[in-house]
Amino acid sequence: MIRLVLYRVLWSVPLLWVVSALTFVLVSVVPGNAAQAIAGGDASAAQISTLSRQLGLDQPLWAQYWHWLDRAVHGNLGTSLVTGQSVSSVLGSRLTVSLTLIVGGTLVAGVLGVAFGIWAATRGGVLGHLVEVGAVLGLAVPNFWLGLVLIELFAVSVRIFPATGFVPFGQNPAQWALSLVLPVLAIAAVGMTMIAVQTRDSMLEVLRRDFVRVLEANGIPRRSVVYRHALRNAAIPVVTVIGITFVGLLGASVLVESVFALPGLGSGLTTAASQHDIPVIQGAALYFTLVVVVVNLLVDVAYGLLNPQVRVR
Amino acid sequence: MTRGGRMPAWRRFARRPLGVAGAAWLLLVLLGAVFASAIAPYGPQVQDLSSALSGPTMSHPLGTDPLGRDVLSQLLFGARPTLVGVAAALIAWLVAGVALGVIGGYAGGVTDAAISRVTDLLLSLPVLVVLLVIFSVFPDALVMPMAILGVIASAGLVRVVRSVTLSVREELYIRAARVAGLSHPKIVLRHVLPRIASTVIVQAALFAGVALITESGLAFLGFGIVLPAPSWGGLIAEASQTLSRSAWLLLPSGGILGLTVVAFVLLGNAIRDTSTQAWAAPRQVAARRSAPAASSTPAIKEPSPAERSGDVLLSVEHLCVGFADRQGAKPVVSDLSFVIRRGETLAVLGESGCGKTITALAVLGMLPPGARRTDGHVLLDGLDLTALAPREIAAIRGRRIGYIAQDPMVSLDPTFTVGSQIAEAVRCHRGGRRADARRQAVELLDSVNIPEPEVAARRYPHQLSGGMLQRCVTALALAGSPELLIADEPTTALDVTIQAEVLALLRGLQQERGMSLLLVTHDWGVVAAVADRALVMYAGQLVETATPACLFNGPAHPYTRGLLASSPQLATLGGRLQAIPGSVPAPGTWPAGCRFAPRCPEVEDQCREGPVAVRVAAPGHLSRCLHVPSAEAARQ
Repeated sequence: MIRLVLYRVLWSVPLLWVVSALTFVLVSVVPGNAAQAIAGGDASAAQISTLSRQLGLDQPLWAQYWHWLDRAVHGNLGTSLVTGQSVSSVLGSRLTVSLTLIVGGTLVAGVLGVAFGIWAATRGGVLGHLVEVGAVLGLAVPNFWLGLVLIELFAVSVRIFPATGFVPFGQNPAQWALSLVLPVLAIAAVGMTMIAVQTRDSMLEVLRRDFVRVLEANGIPRRSVVYRHALRNAAIPVVTVIGITFVGLLGASVLVESVFALPGLGSGLTTAASQHDIPVIQGAALYFTLVVVVVNLLVDVAYGLLNPQVRVR
Repeated sequence: MTRGGRMPAWRRFARRPLGVAGAAWLLLVLLGAVFASAIAPYGPQVQDLSSALSGPTMSHPLGTDPLGRDVLSQLLFGARPTLVGVAAALIAWLVAGVALGVIGGYAGGVTDAAISRVTDLLLSLPVLVVLLVIFSVFPDALVMPMAILGVIASAGLVRVVRSVTLSVREELYIRAARVAGLSHPKIVLRHVLPRIASTVIVQAALFAGVALITESGLAFLGFGIVLPAPSWGGLIAEASQTLSRSAWLLLPSGGILGLTVVAFVLLGNAIRDTSTQAWAAPRQVAARRSAPAASSTPAIKEPSPAERSGDVLLSVEHLCVGFADRQGAKPVVSDLSFVIRRGETLAVLGESGCGKTITALAVLGMLPPGARRTDGHVLLDGLDLTALAPREIAAIRGRRIGYIAQDPMVSLDPTFTVGSQIAEAVRCHRGGRRADARRQAVELLDSVNIPEPEVAARRYPHQLSGGMLQRCVTALALAGSPELLIADEPTTALDVTIQAEVLALLRGLQQERGMSLLLVTHDWGVVAAVADRALVMYAGQLVETATPACLFNGPAHPYTRGLLASSPQLATLGGRLQAIPGSVPAPGTWPAGCRFAPRCPEVEDQCREGPVAVRVAAPGHLSRCLHVPSAEAARQ
C-alpha cells in the first residue's frame, strides 16, 4: 500500500514537469505577443524589444524555462503581466473557490449517483430505464447550458438563489452557501449520471457472484448482504469513476465559473488566456495539474482501502 | 430474428428505430451545414434591429438574437465551424488511438511499455486547461486545438485497441500467417483492424458527442471562433447575455446541441447492439429449437409412511421447478420427492444439468431469478417452507439450514476478513456483543480444524488456500448450529489430497452435532465415503435411490450403471472408462417417454411410449425403469 502511494507520488513528478514544460513551450512559440500585449497595440518596435529584454523573453527558450523552474520549485511563480500581483497570491484565493465548487460537485454527484445506482440495481424496473435515459441526457446536456437554465428557473423566474457572483464564507456563510447551490448542481449533473450507471452495473455484477448466495443462504440478512457486502465490492470500480468525475469537473469548472461569474481558477485561466498573461497561465496550469495528481493519489488510497487484494498481499 | 446472424449489418441496424433516428438527425444537420447558403432564410449577418429578440414568428421560425439576426440561419451557418471542429478532433482521435494501440499491442516490449506510460500521462492531463493554454497563444485557431483534444482523449482508445491487438496477435492463425510469410502491415490490415472496427466505431460515436460539447464550451468562452461568425456555443453565450430579457434563445441553441449529442449516443448504442447481436444470434437459434415441454408424470406416493415418521427432518414432496420462458414455464425439476432423516447423509448424484443444484436452492427458498416452484412442498420438521413469507424463510436460513457452495475461492466476500464474516453470522443468529461473536468465530474456525484460528480469522479470503477457505465456509455455515447442512459439490474445486480431509471433516461434524447432510455431488468416491443413502437424478427427475452399497452392487437403472461405469474412482486398473454417449437434454427438450431413452443401451419401444413411473426394486430401493420387474409394489 505504502509502495503504491510512493509510486504514485514519484510518478506525479514527470507529469508536473511535462505539463509545465508543455505550457512553457506553447506560450513561448510566439515570443513577441507577450511583450506586445503588455506594451499595448500602439507601442513601437523598440519599446517592445526593450520590454522583451526586461521580461527575459529574448533569451533562449531552455534558459527561460530553467529560470522559471528554478523559481517555481522555490514557490515563486512570478508576477502577473497585467496586474503586477504575485501569481501565487492571485491564484491562491481562486483555488479555494474552485476546490469548493469541485469538491461540492463531486460530493453531490457521488452521493446522488450511488443512491440512484443502488436503487436501480435492487429495484430495477422503471428506475433502471430512467438511469439509462439519464446517462444519455447527462452526456448531451452541456453544463454551461444547464447552468444558464438553472439561473433562468431559480434566479430569474423564481428568485430563490442569486443568479451570479460569489460571497466569501468569512463574509456571510448563509449567502456563501446560497451562491454555490446552482453552480454545484450544474457541475454535478453529468458526473451524477456517470456514477449512477457505473454503480448500477457493478452492483448487478456483484449481486450475481457466489459469495452473495453463500452469505444469504447462511442467514446474513439481505440488507447486510446488499448494503454492506455487495456495495463494498461494487464500490471499487465506482471509486475510479468518481476520480474520473473529479478530474472531469476541473474542466467543467472553467465553464461553470464563467457562467456564474465565480472568481475561481478556471475563470482566472480564461481571463489570463484572453489577456495573454503568461505567468498566470503557467501558474494556473500547474495548480490544475497538482489537483489532478492529488486526486489520483486519493483515488488510489481509497481503492486500496476498499480492496484488500491491493492492500494486503 | 432467427436469421439475425446472416442478415447484413445495415439491415440489422435498420431494425433499431432509435439508431435510425440518430443517424437521420446527424444527416440532417450535416446537409443543413453544407447547404446553409442555399436553404437558410437569411444570411448569417443580416440584422433586423426592429425585430430583435423576438420569439418564434412566421418570418423567424426560431426567433431572433439581440441584433435581430435569424436564429435558424445562425444555427445552420454555425453548424459549419462546429462540425469542422468535431471532425478534426475525431480524425486525430482515430489516427492517434488506432496507430498507438496497434503499435503497442503488436510490437510489445519496450515500445508497448513506452506507449502505456504516455497514455497514463495523457489520461491525467486536464484537457480543457491544456486547450485554454493553447488558445492563449492561438485565440482564433479551431482545427489545431480540436486535433490536440483528439490526441489527448485518444488514450482511452489506445488501451482498448492495444488489448484487442494483443489477443489477436497471440492467436494461432495469426502465428501461422506470420510463419507463412504474411507481412506485418498485411496482418494488421486484414486481421487486426476488422476485429477492432465495431468497438472503435461505437467509441467514436461517443467521443464525437464529447468533442461537440467541448467545442461548444470553448466557443461559449469565445475561443476558436472569430466573431461575429455564428457558432452553436457562441449562440448560447449570446443567450446568457440576454437572459434577463428573454430566455427563449437558450432553447434553440441548447436544443440543437443536445439533440446532436443524443443522436451520436443513440447511433453508437445501436451500432454496439447490432454488433453484439451478431454474436448472440446463433445462441438464440439454439434456444428456439426447443420442443414443447413434456407432460408431467403422474403423481406417485413415493415416501412410504414409515419414512414420514418422526425422525424425518427434511421432506421434499412432488417438487416441481420451472424457468419462466417466453413460451411459458420450462420445467427443470419435475415431481421430485425424497426425505432426509435426522443425522442422515443423502447424496444427490447426476451429471451437470440434471437439476441437483436447483433442488438444493429450492430447499433454501433461494431459486435464481426466473426460476419458480410450480408445485410441491418442502417440509422441514413438519414446517412447510414453501408456505413461508420471504422474511420467515430468511430466518430459517443459517439457523436451521446451512449452505456450502462449490467453489470456496468465491464463496466469501473478498473485502472482509474471514473472521468478521463468520462473526457477523454469529451475531445474526445468536445476538450478543461484537467481542463475543468474534471469540465464537475463532472457536468455530477451531472446530473445523483450522490451525492457528486466531491468525486465520484476521486473513482475507485471497490469503487462504482453497482447502482452508472451504473449512471457513463450513464454519460460517455452522454459525447458527443448523440441523441440516446443504453442501453443493463441496470438494469439486479442491485438490484431490484436500478433498479427503474436507469430507472427513464434514462426516465428523455431522456425527458430532447430529446434523443431517444433503450432499450434491457427481463423485461416487464422495458417495462411498460419507453417504447413508444416494439419490440419482436425471433430467430433473429421480431415477434411482438406495443405499450406496446397494447401488454399487446392483444398480437397477441403466443411467446409474452408466454413471458408475464412467467413474474414474471405481474403474478397475487397466480397464476402460466408459462414457455415457450423448449428453443431458436441455430443459424443455425432454422426451415424452423415459427421459433417458435416447441415451439408453437397453432401450425398447415401450420406453418411449409414455412417462415411466418409479418402481420398487427392493425394499428402500426405487428405480424409474420399466425393466425393473415388480411394478405393483410402487403403489404401497
